[in-house]
Amino acid sequence: MTAGAIVMMVAAMVVLWGGLAAAIVNIVRFQGEEPADSGRDL
Amino acid sequence: MSQTRAPIDRGRFSNKTVFIMAAIGSAVGLGNIWRFPYVAYEGGGGAFILPYLVALLVAGIPLLLLDYAIGHSQRGSAPLSFARLSRRLEFIGWWQVAICVVISVYYAAILAWSVQYVGFSFTQAWGDDPETFFFADFLQAAETGVTLDFVPAVLIPMVIIWAVAIAVMALGVQKGIGATAVIFIPVLLIAFGALVVQALTLPGAIDGLQTLFEPNWAALLDPAVWASAFGQIFFSLSVGFGIMITYASYVGRKIDMTGSGFVVGFANSGFELLAGIGVFAALGFLAQASGAAVADVVAGGIGLAFIAFPAIISEAPFGALLGVLFFVSLVLAGFTSLVSILEVVISAVRDKLEMSRIAATLAVTVPMAAISILLFTTTSGILVLDIADYFINRFGILLVALVAMLAVAWAVRRVPWFADHMSRYGSVRLGRWWVVLVTFVTPVLLAIMLVLELVTAIGEPYGGFPAWMLGVFGWGVAGAALVAGILLSIPKWKATTPLEAPEHDEEVIR
Repeated sequence: MTAGAIVMMVAAMVVLWGGLAAAIVNIVRFQGEEPADSGRDL
Repeated sequence: MSQTRAPIDRGRFSNKTVFIMAAIGSAVGLGNIWRFPYVAYEGGGGAFILPYLVALLVAGIPLLLLDYAIGHSQRGSAPLSFARLSRRLEFIGWWQVAICVVISVYYAAILAWSVQYVGFSFTQAWGDDPETFFFADFLQAAETGVTLDFVPAVLIPMVIIWAVAIAVMALGVQKGIGATAVIFIPVLLIAFGALVVQALTLPGAIDGLQTLFEPNWAALLDPAVWASAFGQIFFSLSVGFGIMITYASYVGRKIDMTGSGFVVGFANSGFELLAGIGVFAALGFLAQASGAAVADVVAGGIGLAFIAFPAIISEAPFGALLGVLFFVSLVLAGFTSLVSILEVVISAVRDKLEMSRIAATLAVTVPMAAISILLFTTTSGILVLDIADYFINRFGILLVALVAMLAVAWAVRRVPWFADHMSRYGSVRLGRWWVVLVTFVTPVLLAIMLVLELVTAIGEPYGGFPAWMLGVFGWGVAGAALVAGILLSIPKWKATTPLEAPEHDEEVIR
């Protein structure tokens, strides 16, 4: 592979998979509230 | 005036993880696997990541959050949510429901083909000519027109797909949709991850990756490349046609919806990148095995899945394993998307007619299954599917998404209110940036895409099909969805259905 292709592949991985990792870390660290129960589904 | 009654739960995801899994299951579908790699390659290879990322952040995630805001704040199916915003906007919700009916009846057919190809992977039933096998032997495709000649090889898996889908839908939001996503999404990730690993070990895989990621910076000067990046994000994220409105209505009041939106958006795009790597590594192998350039074997859509991949399976060591992983991935990704599309329809019928879950499921899915089987298990099935898919995506989903955005932003002017609602319990605050994107930027971008698609569709008859077929199954179906939306919005809601959004979870109806 050429250097240009390798750089772009790594950049895509860092941006998209790194973005996903950052989004997951953000939501895990955020102290939100869950509903009290799952509710009955008729 | 509406009267209140004892609240009955309309179903709910038990926590944000289940909701996120279900939303990812909806977003990650066939297009992630068979459309993104081709679009990225055509759009400048490695350079495509730039417009793609801009599209994700400027249009994709903001649109996703708008759908979340509508459903989460109004606590209803798409028609009920829009009716609660303004009775005049209810038709938009029913229009989205009608579009989902159209999509689900043909989407099931592609899943049925994929189920059959899991079995074909063991026997390599396509022999030396996957294209002839797919069209002539498997689908027994007619040249043109509509027939009632059923193809048993499609009929049987189609019946199975619908039976399983009906069972899942009848189980409800948490035990059906939620549980399916929680099981299927990790299995999909493992199966496709294994496929990528196997594809990367094939000779020629590096050539495939080189072809995919080699940047063509000049392509960024082409407006069509930017349009295709926005189109890929838009069609891939399941936004604009009621799915995310419906799912968000099943989430607790205090859940972090904005943070969830970013997880879903990046998970969808992250999976697309994984698909691009796996598909192009396999195409690199096919090119080397057939003595051609990678560019000569690149394909997308049905051509990639049912013609190029069978050729790869025939040539590759442990080809049967590669085939099973690929087609099982298609089935898993497609099924969770099919479930989400069906839920838009079931949820709307439940809200409007105040039906129980099982009654609404049967009332909706049995007729849809019958239409699906009648139209798409015949020798003309692929022709009708091709036309309906092209037109309903462009002049159904794209158009209704634009109308919905304009209505919410300019007719009822609720975007700033939505920003406050989403920010109240969200980890990512939706400030002025989101209001500007949703009110001005994204509608303009959608309008440009729609005009470009309209010019293309009018200028050149799609696929060389006869005008009457394009008129009936293309323009006719897309137009009928709008008419159905308007007609279905005329009947009044029952007196027991509040047309004001409940303030607390305890007031959630049905």
